[in-house]
Amino acid sequence: MPLKRQKRQLRIQQNNMGEFLSEINWTPLWISMKTGVVATIIAFFLGVFCARKIMKLKPGARAIMDGILTMPLVLPPTVAGFCLLLLFSLKRPFGKFLLQNFDIKVVQTWTGCVIAASVIAFPLMYRNARAAFEQVDVNLIYAGRTLGMSESRIFWKVIMPAAGPGIASGTVLAFARAIGEYGATSMLAGNILGKTRTVSVAIASETAAGNFDMAGFWVVVIILISFLVVAAINIVSGRGMQTRRWI
Amino acid sequence: MAIELDIQKNFKGFSLNVKLKGQDGTMGILGASGSGKSMTLRSIAGIETPDSGKIVINGRTVFDSEQKINLRPQERRVGYLFQNYALFPTMTVEKNIACGFRGDKNEMAEKVADYIKRYHLEGLEKHLPSQLSGGQQQRVALARMMIGEPEVILLDEPFSALDGYLKDILQRDMQNFLKDYKGDMIMVTHSRDEAYKFCSQLTLLHNGKEILTGETRQIFEKPQYLEAAKLTGCKNFSAVQKMGPHQVYALDWELMFHIQEEVSDEITHVGIRGHWMRPANESGENVMAVQVEEYIENTFEHQYLIRNKEADGSTPLWWMCQKKDFQEKTEDRVPAYLYFPPEHLMLLKK
Repeated sequence: MPLKRQKRQLRIQQNNMGEFLSEINWTPLWISMKTGVVATIIAFFLGVFCARKIMKLKPGARAIMDGILTMPLVLPPTVAGFCLLLLFSLKRPFGKFLLQNFDIKVVQTWTGCVIAASVIAFPLMYRNARAAFEQVDVNLIYAGRTLGMSESRIFWKVIMPAAGPGIASGTVLAFARAIGEYGATSMLAGNILGKTRTVSVAIASETAAGNFDMAGFWVVVIILISFLVVAAINIVSGRGMQTRRWI
Repeated sequence: MAIELDIQKNFKGFSLNVKLKGQDGTMGILGASGSGKSMTLRSIAGIETPDSGKIVINGRTVFDSEQKINLRPQERRVGYLFQNYALFPTMTVEKNIACGFRGDKNEMAEKVADYIKRYHLEGLEKHLPSQLSGGQQQRVALARMMIGEPEVILLDEPFSALDGYLKDILQRDMQNFLKDYKGDMIMVTHSRDEAYKFCSQLTLLHNGKEILTGETRQIFEKPQYLEAAKLTGCKNFSAVQKMGPHQVYALDWELMFHIQEEVSDEITHVGIRGHWMRPANESGENVMAVQVEEYIENTFEHQYLIRNKEADGSTPLWWMCQKKDFQEKTEDRVPAYLYFPPEHLMLLKK
């Protein structure tokens, strides 16, 4: 093949690539990230709050509450989506109540994306926070009390920093789960381009429509983000710890 | 009279029932692990809540189940030194100490600096607890506790995690740092040596019950109860049968003893510390013919497990004797007879 032709071929490919990228509707990525951030914030505070409460329960009540709070992690996301739909549907009391009194619509809206992602990401945050709290020496709490520190100061200044690495990795995992959430999101929020279509929803619908280029592109994006997330966990949770190798 | 308590708490298979009346100075609570001594200390601090009873610190009722008073630990002004010091791992020395500060925030920095100096922690202000030696950690914990000017301080097995040499140094340090402290001090320990060294008053706990309270030396001299004698480290016991007003027969050792004081009917056992028996040349009153069963060579003393030679099935007992030098052979020091001085025979009841 003559050199000239090869160069032309390459230029066409580049043009195609440029054209492909310029034609992409980036809203799914933007919606995914926005949903991920907001859902992570919600899951963070809710997870930490519940983990703190559960640490104060007696063993029996603790096992039951823990089971309930972990449900979204073990159930198929579609089950969670179905339950959320039952709760928020405009035809049902609670959904009607929200719409009439607060003008809040959850089904087929971005709010639905956030709620679905929060519910699915919550157990990861909660379980990691709880495991981290369990590792904290309970004498630190007692010491703080005898020193006259208030309960909230003990919690935020002593326990949270001591549980730092576990809390951080919980947050990152919750974020990863939230941006990748598909089942519950597609049931509750649907698939409206520019409104509720997240990257994972986009992958499913592009594949279903036979647009493998587009689906493949989103797959690459998700793989990159997921890798960054896992690397971030390793860096965060490995900090301050001696890395012991098994040899 | 600074601290008074009378508390009960029930657990599965264990119940705590302690009555204490603190005298001035350092009080010790001596007990085996699981005797409830830490639980008692935690109840005073407010970390544990007893089922019923009353705790009074310097005339202030901090807990009273009848009047439904239960002050939070924050309000009790009780300093607590934890066995593992419980320093906040993510805070520097300076910040750790500042956590114990109570009062006007403007004076905090100055006072923290003062306590850092007092507890010889200069130059370590920005260090994290994990970067400190055991001794430094203990000083930080002491400084953090003392900066809040507690009315009572509680020491929970403060030396049990340390090895020999460091332990001696830290014990002396602690005594120096705490000698100016005007409030009361209660120390919990399972070591009779620490109890003897630190505490002028002692309470012995066994299975959640108080067995004896009194002046430390007196308790070691006359433990009165079998369990008390065991806690103070006595290893040789025998059940006895009273033979006369000043005579008992030790059933396990098959030996007759003459006792100085009059023997009451409650006495069930006799005990003697291994250090108090003396070698003797001939048979006589309170003398036992020696048959050695076992030797143990300790660093500075020989330890023998001996038995009454004239009674085959008798229970052996421990005899300790100081070494003269390291060359000495264990066998060289074995006497034909051992004398049990009447003043060291402890009459015990159950």
